[in-house]
Amino acid sequence: MALRMWASSTANALRISVASKARLSPYSFSRCFSAVIDGLKYATSHEWVKHEGSVATIGITDHAQDHLGEVVFVDLPEVGTSATQGKSFGAVESVKATSDINSPISGEIVEVNSKLSESPGAINSSPYEEGWMIKVKPSNPSELESLLGPKEYTKFCEEEDAAH
Amino acid sequence: MRGGLWQLGQSITRRLAQADKKAITRRYFASEADLKKTVLYDFHIAHGGKMVPFAGWSMPIQYKDSIMDSTINCREYGSLFDVSHMCGLSLNGKDCIPFLEKLVIADVAGLAPGTGTLTVFTNEKGGAIDDSVITKVTDDHIYLVVNAGCRDKDLAHIEEHMKSFKAKGGQVSWHIHDERSLLALQGPLAAPVLQHLTKEDLSKIYFGEFRMLDINGSHCFLTRTGYTGEDGFEISVPSDNAVDLAKAILDKSEGKVRLTGLGARDSLRLEAGLCLYGNDMEQHTTPVEAGLTWAIGKRRKAEGGFLGAEVILKQLAEGPKIRRVGFSSSGPPPRSHSEIQDEKGTNIGEITSGGFSPCLKKNIAMGYVNSGYHKAGTKVKLVVRGKAYDGVVTKMPFVPTKYYKPS
Repeated sequence: MALRMWASSTANALRISVASKARLSPYSFSRCFSAVIDGLKYATSHEWVKHEGSVATIGITDHAQDHLGEVVFVDLPEVGTSATQGKSFGAVESVKATSDINSPISGEIVEVNSKLSESPGAINSSPYEEGWMIKVKPSNPSELESLLGPKEYTKFCEEEDAAH
Repeated sequence: MRGGLWQLGQSITRRLAQADKKAITRRYFASEADLKKTVLYDFHIAHGGKMVPFAGWSMPIQYKDSIMDSTINCREYGSLFDVSHMCGLSLNGKDCIPFLEKLVIADVAGLAPGTGTLTVFTNEKGGAIDDSVITKVTDDHIYLVVNAGCRDKDLAHIEEHMKSFKAKGGQVSWHIHDERSLLALQGPLAAPVLQHLTKEDLSKIYFGEFRMLDINGSHCFLTRTGYTGEDGFEISVPSDNAVDLAKAILDKSEGKVRLTGLGARDSLRLEAGLCLYGNDMEQHTTPVEAGLTWAIGKRRKAEGGFLGAEVILKQLAEGPKIRRVGFSSSGPPPRSHSEIQDEKGTNIGEITSGGFSPCLKKNIAMGYVNSGYHKAGTKVKLVVRGKAYDGVVTKMPFVPTKYYKPS
């Protein structure tokens, strides 16, 4: 997801603003600014994927929602269409900006979180639970191996922020 | 320009999305070292400001508060903005008024000393070079503020015309106030808070009026104006005193007036229906199309005498072909360049600014439509990512303005 727009040069500021959130998360690394959940896979474009059985759930990370600010609208695809790894399947609108959401893996979209049309703010308040976006039947599960684990993603976020 | 916020974000995104992320990031942000910093830069950082490149400056897009909270806080209590990136300029000399009148649409001669107005610098085709708040300090001193992003072209334009004006014997000179910083204090607490810091009775200074006065121990230029639709002031303060003044304002408000960044500034001005130069007004847009006919002085309408006057006066007589109007809409917030269609799906114009209104909790936008579709209540379609959503032409300002005017 392409959301490194406004706050991208602001690692220091973000460290301050997100510090408190990390404590509230179910699991977090001590050096992480935003919550990162164990057991999920992460794309460098800041989406997460949770693979359980034959279905993978996809959403955006806490780091992503924090950069975006209040989400006011979510554009989701239709059930039955397909998602392609690295390609946009929808968009998130915040007060600040619009961001495309890229799919971390390819597959058929079997469910979309229709509650987000009524309560898009769930992406901010619960990015890994209530704020999930789509469920996909992976067409190429090996794609998951190309994604980052929680530690790697945390490091990636730190480096990305520090680079600015 | 005052912004281009949205475009800024877009262009960074595109650049980052296109190629090797890291390399591009390094290249782009290497130039960050070249960005200009206001004297409040360290103050912003210390207060959690998230700095972004903006019109050649490193400016806070927001602080710790979200843009939503910041916008609402401004209307409820107050906001303090660092707008030192904008360019303050004085024109001096006995002919400064006739000189300026060649370049802008305002009736400068008709302004009472100590009052000002929003105006537009026009080009030969009647298009807008920039918008600016100008003040007649005295008959031989004009103070004006132009957009940061337009500084170079504005100054070149003014300089060129000043040369030929002086060659013909006109007496005018300029001073660029780079020794000063500019703070905007906006919202219902602006006046009560600022009153703590000056002996001058602020209740006697109305919207659009100007004073030179002592604020917090330094010699300031005070204009009762702003870019939020709220009552408030823009304070030009000697740069050495700017941080102290910012601190004093925040202290006197007991934390209610909050530092506010460019993000909320953009939401606020959109809610107030105010143009952002570069988005809502460009070189090819005339003041008539932009809905700023009110800013053309009555005498100027009769006499012309400014660049592009023939085009503009003709448009006034015949009516413009396109007009800037407001919209509210369902679906995703329309952004600049979203297509506007009539109910049958025919293109009738383009959005120039849009977003989700933090105060109204709905989408608002402004853009240009063909005349005939400009009346409030006209139903339109706004196209976002290929889908058409319902919209309706809506009167601006979206949020009522609260300028301090004599009752």
